[in-house]
Amino acid sequence: MKIVYTDVLVVGGGLAGLRVAVGVRRRGLDALVLSLVPPKRSHSAAAQGGMQASLANTTKGEGDNEDVHFEDTVRGSDWGADQPVVRMFVNTAPKAVRELAAWGVPWSRVRKGDREVIINGQRVTLTESEAAHGLLAQRDFGGTRKWRTCYVSDGTGHAMLYAVGDQAIAHGVPVHERKEALALLRDADRCCGAVVRDLATGELVAYVSRATVIATGGAGRLYRVTTNAVICEGMGAALALETGVVALGNMEAVQFHPTGIFPAGILVTEGCRGDGGLLRDAAGHRFMPDYEPEKKELASRDVVSRRMAEHIRKGHGAPSRFGPHLWLDITQLGRAHIDRNLREVKEICRYFLGVDPAEAWIPVHPAQHYTMGGIRTRHSGESPTLRGLFSAGEAACWDLHGFNRLGGNSVAETVVAGMIVGEFVADFCQGPGGEISIPTALVRDAVAAQQAALDALLGGGTESADAIRVEMQQVMTDRVGIFRDGASLTLAVEALEALLLRSRRIGVRSNAPGPNPELVTAYRVQRMLKVALCIACGALAREESRGAHFREDFPRRDDAHWLQRTLATWPDPAATRPTLAYEPLQVESMELPPGWRGYGERNHIEHPQTPARAASVEAARAIPGLHRYDLQRELMAYRHLLPPSLQGDNERLGEPLR
Amino acid sequence: MSAPRQIRLNVFRHNPQDPASTPHLQTYLVEEAPGMTLFLALSELRERQDPSLAFDFVCRAGICGSCGMVVNGRPRLACRTLTQELPAEITLLPLPAFALIADLSVDSGSWMRAMTERLQAWLHAADPAPDLSRLEARMDPDLADQIYELDRCIECGCCVAACGTVQMRHDFVGAVGLNKIARFGLDPRDTRSDAEFYDLVGGDEGVFGCMTLLACHDVCPKELPLQTQIAFLRRRMLRAGA
Ligand SMILES: Cc1cc2nc3c(=O)[nH]c(=O)nc-3n(C[C@H](O)[C@H](O)[C@H](O)COP(=O)(O)OP(=O)(O)OC[C@H]3O[C@@H](n4cnc5c(N)ncnc54)[C@H](O)[C@@H]3O)c2cc1C
Repeated sequence: MKIVYTDVLVVGGGLAGLRVAVGVRRRGLDALVLSLVPPKRSHSAAAQGGMQASLANTTKGEGDNEDVHFEDTVRGSDWGADQPVVRMFVNTAPKAVRELAAWGVPWSRVRKGDREVIINGQRVTLTESEAAHGLLAQRDFGGTRKWRTCYVSDGTGHAMLYAVGDQAIAHGVPVHERKEALALLRDADRCCGAVVRDLATGELVAYVSRATVIATGGAGRLYRVTTNAVICEGMGAALALETGVVALGNMEAVQFHPTGIFPAGILVTEGCRGDGGLLRDAAGHRFMPDYEPEKKELASRDVVSRRMAEHIRKGHGAPSRFGPHLWLDITQLGRAHIDRNLREVKEICRYFLGVDPAEAWIPVHPAQHYTMGGIRTRHSGESPTLRGLFSAGEAACWDLHGFNRLGGNSVAETVVAGMIVGEFVADFCQGPGGEISIPTALVRDAVAAQQAALDALLGGGTESADAIRVEMQQVMTDRVGIFRDGASLTLAVEALEALLLRSRRIGVRSNAPGPNPELVTAYRVQRMLKVALCIACGALAREESRGAHFREDFPRRDDAHWLQRTLATWPDPAATRPTLAYEPLQVESMELPPGWRGYGERNHIEHPQTPARAASVEAARAIPGLHRYDLQRELMAYRHLLPPSLQGDNERLGEPLR
Repeated sequence: MSAPRQIRLNVFRHNPQDPASTPHLQTYLVEEAPGMTLFLALSELRERQDPSLAFDFVCRAGICGSCGMVVNGRPRLACRTLTQELPAEITLLPLPAFALIADLSVDSGSWMRAMTERLQAWLHAADPAPDLSRLEARMDPDLADQIYELDRCIECGCCVAACGTVQMRHDFVGAVGLNKIARFGLDPRDTRSDAEFYDLVGGDEGVFGCMTLLACHDVCPKELPLQTQIAFLRRRMLRAGA
């Protein structure tokens, strides 16, 4: 049996995993990264639009700061987010974007003087100040009150991932590519590594570590139509779930992006609408102002996607052989702007649609895009139920996004979480519980159990892994999508349970040594079904509408009953459904008590404690002469939760350090 | 409407892990669908005809660089290649110059990491690191755009696969490597001097090994200005080495 030892095992080589690895290396620990693919091909590379950080360099960002970013994020989450975590995040995002600038990311910069932009369909001249010239530029994104999204043309994720990936190489972090973690190694309540399959040779290897970090990204491929890469299959969530003790938080919170190109689902960035692009229907009518007079195309993603689906249902979609869709019109932005700032969009339109977006409209339809739910952790990234297990990035639910993530907050989250969680992982390893002693028999048994499961798949079962996978994706897309209701979700849960049972009888035809892609599909689909069931069961149980979770039979947000985070665990491996429990959010301590988001429906059911909390927050805000930092501390102290190196304020052009 | 086209896909097959496997071409028939890319064609093939076929796709949107392969003699990204742009007979081979994993899957990741380590192809920033609470250092907006232009490389390996020099010198860093040096050389945040860059690429495994055949430039899926960059770097290195 082959065993690899390291201090910190990071499962996942995307932005989050790599930044954690660099952080722990800097603290003098060894880190080893596992990745299904060469790390620079992780899905982070596909982020186009940008990264939110409240720098306030541009004219349209003036007045932006942590407070505004905080409120936008909490409103965006429909009050599902953990507010102290949001605070930690917004205070660290400016530091993260500046660190990346120092690591070489070629952020687009502010140019002084006049420039023409399109806002709300109108040509407007903006004047950038001399003082801001050469600082990082920001663009507009949905659900934000200020222009806050820093960007590198529309290759932001690529440039970030290459810079962080290069830093990992510079720090000597080994990345074991084409290695897949299949199960966590666990000694009672202590995580001590993982059982890993080599995707090129098929060999099983044990990785033993003092701390283990899951940074495996999202689970978009549970759906048939998704913007996600083909490797985003929720395997990190499954790793956690199969321990039986680690909970997944809010898995029913799934984001659908308004502008997947139709029918392939490939994303065109929100930056298209941020930069002035419009949504049009079959008749060419710009319909979003009819539904959302305030924010129009730039309401939050859940709202825009729902309005699009609603408009299509009313019969206004443009017909095509693949079904109805709507149009994204960026022609009015002009060729020069598209060539400079929306190049990936242009390439995607050219290669996949044969369309020039400077001249023709882009066919779009909402598509699954982001997994708000994930492995439930504390603000430190550590699992509250399995010591030594941490999680960061899209795989985690520490819970920054609640029921809807704002565009640009995710790549920001990956690096911010990497900076924060990396420090806590290092603290953990260097602290009292940081050492492990693990019997080799335990490791051997864990490897043998995985081998037995693989052998069973090769043992002559009759079901086809591919067929089950396609059926699962169809059920998720048809029944656990943008519009949900009890009857349809019940059918979804039953269908997924039946598929789970069938997946236990999968027979893989080829047992050739080496990569064996059919075997990979087989063991993954068994795990994917469990994650899918967490989503469907969570959605069925949650009898309200919040953020991206929209129940037609319960269309109102119900704070009185559902200001709760869903926790799904899978204690019995033979079960066909997860066990659901709930964790209440504390209104009494919220800095921003629940209210109307500023867009979307205005009909929520109030939590009994909201008025009292709102009154005390109002009273504090009314105290004259209180500096915003002091007011904030008054309302909800959080800085002590951050690692000391990240507790400081952020300088801005208009706001010198105290 | 005319009947859909039948496509003959001749796919390179070999599994080096299997002693019984020998390299050969296997032919599959696929019915063309509107908007079908090689990603869709190969995925359908694997779902319906041959679950053992190995290939690499990740983003399937032309962004991540995983799916470089030789399509009818030319290295390109399979995910964004529409079958309708190709004749009805399509031959797919793995990228040469990289270790074969199986079928169309090659290990370009290890190659890229080794190249990056050899060329120290990361930003060598000034010490100490800046205070992250402070305003970021300024940069001319045009210069930032120019750096991004070179930063767009996706390490897909097409340039290496198309390179005549690589066939003769296995230690040649390829256009991908030279472009990285050009990128960091352009970046004022990188503290290295031309003399230090010369130590990295001033030999025959670097910029002077290039035979200027420039297939790299022609096949680059991101249309990077490789030809000008290599010529420019060569002049700069001549001066640095003089
Ligand atoms: C098309 C698209 C555009 C986007 N644009 C934006 C944007 O403009 N702004 C924004 O903020 N966000 C954007 N997002 C979201 C954002 O890109 C992702 O949420 C984020 O990059 C996820 O990073 P991560 O590090 O958590 O995971 P990933 O980058 O997905 O990395 C996951 C890693 O885990 C590895 N892995 C997975 N399972 C295993 C396993 N079992 N064993 C070993 N390794 C494993 C993978 O190989 C990979 O290295 C976009 C998303 C999409 C789909």
